[in-house]
Amino acid sequence: MTTANTPKTTKTSEPGTPPAAAGARDAAARGPRALAWQRRRASAARFWAEYRRHRAGVVGLAALVLFALVALTAPWTVGSDVASVTDAPGRPLQGPSGQFPLGTDQFGRDLLGLVIWGSRVSLLVGLLAAVLSVAIGAVIGITAGHFRGWYATVIMRVTDWFLVMPTLVLAIALATVLSRSLGTVILAIGVTTWPTTARLVRAQTLAVESRPYIERAKALGGGHWHIMSRHVLPNVMPLILAQTTLIISSAILSEATLAFLGLGDPTIVSWGGLLQDAREAGAVSSGDWWYLVPPGIAIAVVALAFTLCGRAVEAVLNPRLGVAR
Amino acid sequence: MTAEATPSTVAGPDDTGPAGAGRTPRPRSTAAYLRYAAGKLAGAVVSLLAVLVTSFFLFRLIPGDPVKFMTGGRPVSAEQIAAYRREFGLDLPLWRQFTDYCGKALTGDLGTSYQFHVPVIDKISEALPNTLLLTGTAFVLYTALGIVLGTRAAWRHGGLGDRFHTGLALTLYSIPSFWLGLLLIIVLSVGVGPVPGLFPTGGMESGGETGFAHVVDVVHHMVLPVVTLVAVEYGQTLLVTRSALLDEMGGDYLTTARAKGLRDDLVRRRHAVPNALLPTVTLIFVNLGRTVAGVILVETVFSWPGLGGLFYQALSVPDLPLVQGLFFVFAAAVIVMNTLADLLYPLLDPRVGR
Repeated sequence: MTTANTPKTTKTSEPGTPPAAAGARDAAARGPRALAWQRRRASAARFWAEYRRHRAGVVGLAALVLFALVALTAPWTVGSDVASVTDAPGRPLQGPSGQFPLGTDQFGRDLLGLVIWGSRVSLLVGLLAAVLSVAIGAVIGITAGHFRGWYATVIMRVTDWFLVMPTLVLAIALATVLSRSLGTVILAIGVTTWPTTARLVRAQTLAVESRPYIERAKALGGGHWHIMSRHVLPNVMPLILAQTTLIISSAILSEATLAFLGLGDPTIVSWGGLLQDAREAGAVSSGDWWYLVPPGIAIAVVALAFTLCGRAVEAVLNPRLGVAR
Repeated sequence: MTAEATPSTVAGPDDTGPAGAGRTPRPRSTAAYLRYAAGKLAGAVVSLLAVLVTSFFLFRLIPGDPVKFMTGGRPVSAEQIAAYRREFGLDLPLWRQFTDYCGKALTGDLGTSYQFHVPVIDKISEALPNTLLLTGTAFVLYTALGIVLGTRAAWRHGGLGDRFHTGLALTLYSIPSFWLGLLLIIVLSVGVGPVPGLFPTGGMESGGETGFAHVVDVVHHMVLPVVTLVAVEYGQTLLVTRSALLDEMGGDYLTTARAKGLRDDLVRRRHAVPNALLPTVTLIFVNLGRTVAGVILVETVFSWPGLGGLFYQALSVPDLPLVQGLFFVFAAAVIVMNTLADLLYPLLDPRVGR
């Protein structure tokens, strides 16, 4: 591993870093594929060394790891029967106590268990919606940057149109007309949030395609697919990753919002759905703050953690952006 | 205080950065601006038509018979169903419905609400002033707060104040607006423990008051919704202003301004901030879409009698003509504001649109 040996330098090609250089030579002897992996490992190590310097980003990452562990271990710690309405363990709407640290909901279910169980849906929807959104944005951005002419003009007009649409209103409209399910929520968020990514990726694609090595690839007979997948994609990948992290945070907020408006799947426990349950159970007018606080804090912490990570990634990849200076 | 006020600096010939703003003041050409404006206006009209088409077809995707929603599951005779279908024009083929819809929409008729049995446009024009009052107040407050705090944060970046305000803005930005609203209601309206309720739980007026007392009453009802909106929205403006100003801070013209002996705060107010505000202005308008979303939730939570609250009511039925009409109004509002920003921008920044 070259991590320990490249403390401050940002370029591995410098002669002052013998292990990396030696590794590269070994790899070169083993073939181009090994060399490529060697380089990828080195740049990942460099990335991590830079990332660690952003304290907020590290805190966000730690929070995410914690939440991911909670969500992944939920089947063993709380189990799916925590969401069952029929054999609830407590009386309805009990305040926090020793037995139920966060109290119970209107069916007598344990709120702590529900918040833990709900993390699975909120994280899953956030991740999948963000992946869908970024995938659409990346494909549109790369193709619009690669193929010029009428295709790019039309597709960018469409992107601009989506860009000015109030995203949530469009997502609400989609969730209203389609059936109530997790897939609908993911689709509604995914297909309404891609335009920013498309614009960013297109700009980056244009910058990459103006470099001489693309001309060389073309001269050697590289087709559209080869250039887009082998030359452009690896170069826009860092941007795509940063964008994904930032979009997950807004996707989680959107999911909570849609569930709160009653547009999610009513049979599935999610943080937004818990807030809607709380409101319907009259927790607001009776002042049962303990019912509302935990799901909301969970949403805020996860959204904040993803935002912090996204900003740190962005700052590492593009120091000129100045987001975290 | 426009960009032209920026003192020219000795910069390299290849300097294309923002610091070069106003270095070569070209004569303003009205014809060029009009051409630019015409293009933007044409684009806006196309977008509005696209929204109109979308709003029609999107809500026709819905599975099931709209008449069922209208009758709310009550048993009705076949004649009544036929009467409903005729009343709302649902017996015509889809393309006739579409041409009727477009034709009527152009004359300001957005159909009749299934739920209230009154024209959609009446419901909207009834609720619009309330939404404008709430949103307008919040918009002015959060923009001002965001710009002031963002400027301070960037000017002393890395300091304690910067870290505090940036952190707070990011945190509030990550909070769901409806949740913050509900908490504020519990703490400040319902009251927790010894704290009595200070503000009304919702609505816009208590009724019965007239004249000045009525104004005070409405303001009293407005406090919590406005605070919620400002809290969740100001962070974005703060961050945008902050990074725009940070981009300006390396500018040579600031060194020149300092070298000629200007006080720090004059350098900030007269030189750095006006330039940094340029990108901020567009982003503020682009982000209005988020504010529309915030308004829907905040109005729902506080039972504010505006467009957002109406949207929520329409969704729960679902009252298609009303949802469709509101969808059009929300999208149109954002398009119009964006176009205004586009038209305003070249007047602020001479480098654009020439």
